[in-house]
Amino acid sequence: MDIHHLVKMANSIGDFFGSEPDKEKGAKGVADHIRSFWDPRMRREIFAHIDKTQGEGLSELVLTALRTYRNNVAPARDN
Amino acid sequence: MQSITDIDLGTPRRSSEKQITLEVDGVAVSVPEGSSVMYAASIAGRQVPKLCATDALEAFGSCRLCLVEIEGRRGYPASCTTPAETGMKIRTQSSRLADLRRGVMELYISDHPLDCLTCPANGHCELQDMAGAVGLREVRYGYDGENHLDRPKDTSNPYFTFDPSKCIVCSRCVRACDEVQGTLALTIDGRGFASMISPGQMQNFMDSECVSCGACVQACPTATLMEKSIYDYGQPDRVVETTCAYCGVGCSFKAEVKGNQVVRMVPNKNGLANEGHSCVKGRFAFGYTTHPDRILKPMIRKSIEDPWKEVAWNEAISYVASEFKRIQQQYGRDSIGAVTSSRCTNEETFLMQKLVRAVFNNNNVDTCARVCHSPTGYGLKTTFGTSAGTQEFSSVDEADVIMIIGANPTDGHPVFASRMKQRLRAGAKLIILDPRAIDLVRTPHIEADYHLQLKPGTNVALINGLAHVIVTEGLANDAFAAERCDAEEYKAWKEFVSQPKYSPEEVEHITGVPADEIREAARLFARPGNSAIYYGLGVTEHSQGSTMVIGMANLAMATGNLGREGVGVNPLRGQNNVQGSCDMGSFPHELSGYRHISDSGVRAQFEKEWGVHLESEPGLRIPNMFDAALDGSFKGMYIQGEDFVQSDPNTQHIERAMRMMECVVVQDLFLNETAKFAHVFLPGSTFLEKDGTFTNAERRIQLVRKVMPPVAGLADWEITAAISNAMGYPMNYNHPTEIMDEIARLTPTFAGVSFEKINKLGSIQWPCNEEAPEGTPTMHVGGFARGKGKFVITEYVATDERTSRKYPLILTTGRILSQYNVGAQTRRTENVVWHEEDVLEIHPHDAEQRGIKDGGSVEVASRAGKVVLHARVTERIQPGVVYTTFHHPDTGTNVVTTDNSDWATNCPEYKVTAVEVTPVNARSEWQKHYRDFTEQQEDLLAQRLTKS
Repeated sequence: MDIHHLVKMANSIGDFFGSEPDKEKGAKGVADHIRSFWDPRMRREIFAHIDKTQGEGLSELVLTALRTYRNNVAPARDN
Repeated sequence: MQSITDIDLGTPRRSSEKQITLEVDGVAVSVPEGSSVMYAASIAGRQVPKLCATDALEAFGSCRLCLVEIEGRRGYPASCTTPAETGMKIRTQSSRLADLRRGVMELYISDHPLDCLTCPANGHCELQDMAGAVGLREVRYGYDGENHLDRPKDTSNPYFTFDPSKCIVCSRCVRACDEVQGTLALTIDGRGFASMISPGQMQNFMDSECVSCGACVQACPTATLMEKSIYDYGQPDRVVETTCAYCGVGCSFKAEVKGNQVVRMVPNKNGLANEGHSCVKGRFAFGYTTHPDRILKPMIRKSIEDPWKEVAWNEAISYVASEFKRIQQQYGRDSIGAVTSSRCTNEETFLMQKLVRAVFNNNNVDTCARVCHSPTGYGLKTTFGTSAGTQEFSSVDEADVIMIIGANPTDGHPVFASRMKQRLRAGAKLIILDPRAIDLVRTPHIEADYHLQLKPGTNVALINGLAHVIVTEGLANDAFAAERCDAEEYKAWKEFVSQPKYSPEEVEHITGVPADEIREAARLFARPGNSAIYYGLGVTEHSQGSTMVIGMANLAMATGNLGREGVGVNPLRGQNNVQGSCDMGSFPHELSGYRHISDSGVRAQFEKEWGVHLESEPGLRIPNMFDAALDGSFKGMYIQGEDFVQSDPNTQHIERAMRMMECVVVQDLFLNETAKFAHVFLPGSTFLEKDGTFTNAERRIQLVRKVMPPVAGLADWEITAAISNAMGYPMNYNHPTEIMDEIARLTPTFAGVSFEKINKLGSIQWPCNEEAPEGTPTMHVGGFARGKGKFVITEYVATDERTSRKYPLILTTGRILSQYNVGAQTRRTENVVWHEEDVLEIHPHDAEQRGIKDGGSVEVASRAGKVVLHARVTERIQPGVVYTTFHHPDTGTNVVTTDNSDWATNCPEYKVTAVEVTPVNARSEWQKHYRDFTEQQEDLLAQRLTKS
């Protein structure tokens, strides 16, 4: 899938949870949302993008969220 | 003409706890206080002759036919305008009354054509009935006097005629247009004998303000206003009660039928969603159901470049099953999916998602709510705990302040709009948040107190600005929030909205709405009493659609406007069953009743019922399916009753994705835009051809009853079941009622629902379970579904879709009254006379700067594409903003809209596209390509015809 589109989608989720004063809570919000609503292939590709480019284009909050909660967010079949 | 099975009680039913007991012709009867003598007589089983009275309208007292005698009173009062009083003794028949009534009838008949045998109302004409009832035997005045018999007939409206020669000037039509519809398009012109009904200012119907709702036609006691279909087919001979398949109001109708020919649709006065009213679509625009464009035999083809081949049902079903199995074997089980339809029934939708989860063994199922109200589901579930509106329609009768946000009810939800107008005319205040001057901003007898004409894309800033005023001026209902909501979250939210950046002055910079208007509107909304929010796609179809839904929920909680009548947060749903399709588990992340697929306990219930293992990961949403098709991982799709090639954004992106798939199965009535990219076409059934249920915007579940057998042989649910059987998973339902029973077993909010109970009660609003065995009209009474109401921070984030020197204007899209969604149905009716093409509305200032003339051809160019259409120069739209609709496929409105979408749900940002508009002379490249492709596909369809 178009990685630029996935990055944009992830960042817009980050924009919403970025308003959470508690940054840890915000990061968890991003991770939970992606885990709850993204199909496994989309999650797989965003993690591949992080592995390949160190998360180029992703906002700090999104990158933190996906790195911190990778085990929860990565598709079950990949764990 | 009323429905042929309606019983007319003469004057409206009143609701009062106090009962009045009186005597009619010696029969004791009790009626609610405020009832008329005529109503009491009807309840007592005594029919008082009448012409100007009908129970759909307030009494008028003009025809003088309903005179009665009241013991102890002088004269002969009109029973329709005389209130029933305790102890009254009424006499409905006497020789004196008979003389008086005959005298009145003689006058009427002396100026009425005596053509009963050839009159379309013959047998259902109230004038004819009354002549019989009063025993009219002669007309002493003769027929040669001055009369109106040579008045010309107005046939300008495509659906009904106006024959003034038959008019008795009872004013029922005028009053219906006033009291029921609220358009006031009709009046009485002239005085005395010269009085006549006048559409507009003695115009014909088509040139007047008439919106063709048909209320006047239904109210007319003669054949003066009469459906053309009755002229064509004659009187219907049977009636089937069913539910409209157009918008989310979900009007109940009586389909009046002759054989299997629907003669007319008459709104059901016992229907709780519409109470006897309808709009031009529901009442008249059913001609598509028998349109020659309908495809009635299954078709297959290997490639979209091949001619179609008609095949038998079993061959088509086997082909679908084998192709889907082949694709899954070749590309993996996640390589196929399905899209359910908000135009199909709950039972059909439930089966579609069951097919995906239990047979495809993935969760790649989605529905068109993705592109309209998915943010409603997310936002209201987050804040209140339920993905649905909080009220029933009648709740608006109790509202003191109505705030309409991003909705155009008179066009999109006309029957509810009429109800809302009644309330506004009775004194409720009106606040409108809309970039465009919708009709309700200023319409007869209604003027918005505040029209906050914001820039598209700035909703969240404005809702925060309103909240800022309410909180900083101490207008919030802290007691409600303390009792019903999470205290910490409420405190954090108050601090958030109190920041200077959301002061009205700062918000004015973002939204363009004057700070004073923001302040005053906020104060009005927060004042004691009932304030209700009604909203539409102008809220949801934004990059911050979900945030805005949350923002509105915050505002309602902060002002205590939830949990009773007259308040609430109310989505006006676009399609007839968009609420139901969401309820039924159409979203890829949740099972029916909005329970996440990752919940092993919930999954276990379904696994036990269905006897299969279910995948725990969410599936692809519609836009993700297109992206996955383009990357080669999504190859097959089963689409029921949707046309996303026309309706979804960035058409060229979707077209590329469609071409990448190996098996696209479209189940529809017509070869729509999506079907042009299909490999299998399965002929679907209209709402007239099947049994089932629809759920409207107020969570009201209503029966859809089969009026005729499926024209192509199978109802939609039977097709889905056949595919499942062919793929090796048995679905052996005998009737949709068995599917509803399964839904009830698996869905807590539907636990008490059954066809039998809906039939008995007329309709049921979910939740319907042990706690609420007859349903729940108002949600969150005494507490929220989720426990404590949740305040959520709603930071305004500007959309990425910015204007620039190259694209300086903002395009926003919407719909109009006469057309429905992609127009596949309404374009195949006479409704096209009101909307032959999509046009671009542009402000005179922007038009002049660009040398654009009204009616001139203009190109609309965005970062996604270009289309050409005609301009309409109007001040209805603000400078800097242009507007169009998407009802005609050759316009290609969605060629221009972009991939931007709501952060939470991927609902497209239809409402904000940066564009430039320039005068041109030729169609766009896409439009030329569209014309060529359509010609090719029509040829391939025609070749099928020559082979059959």
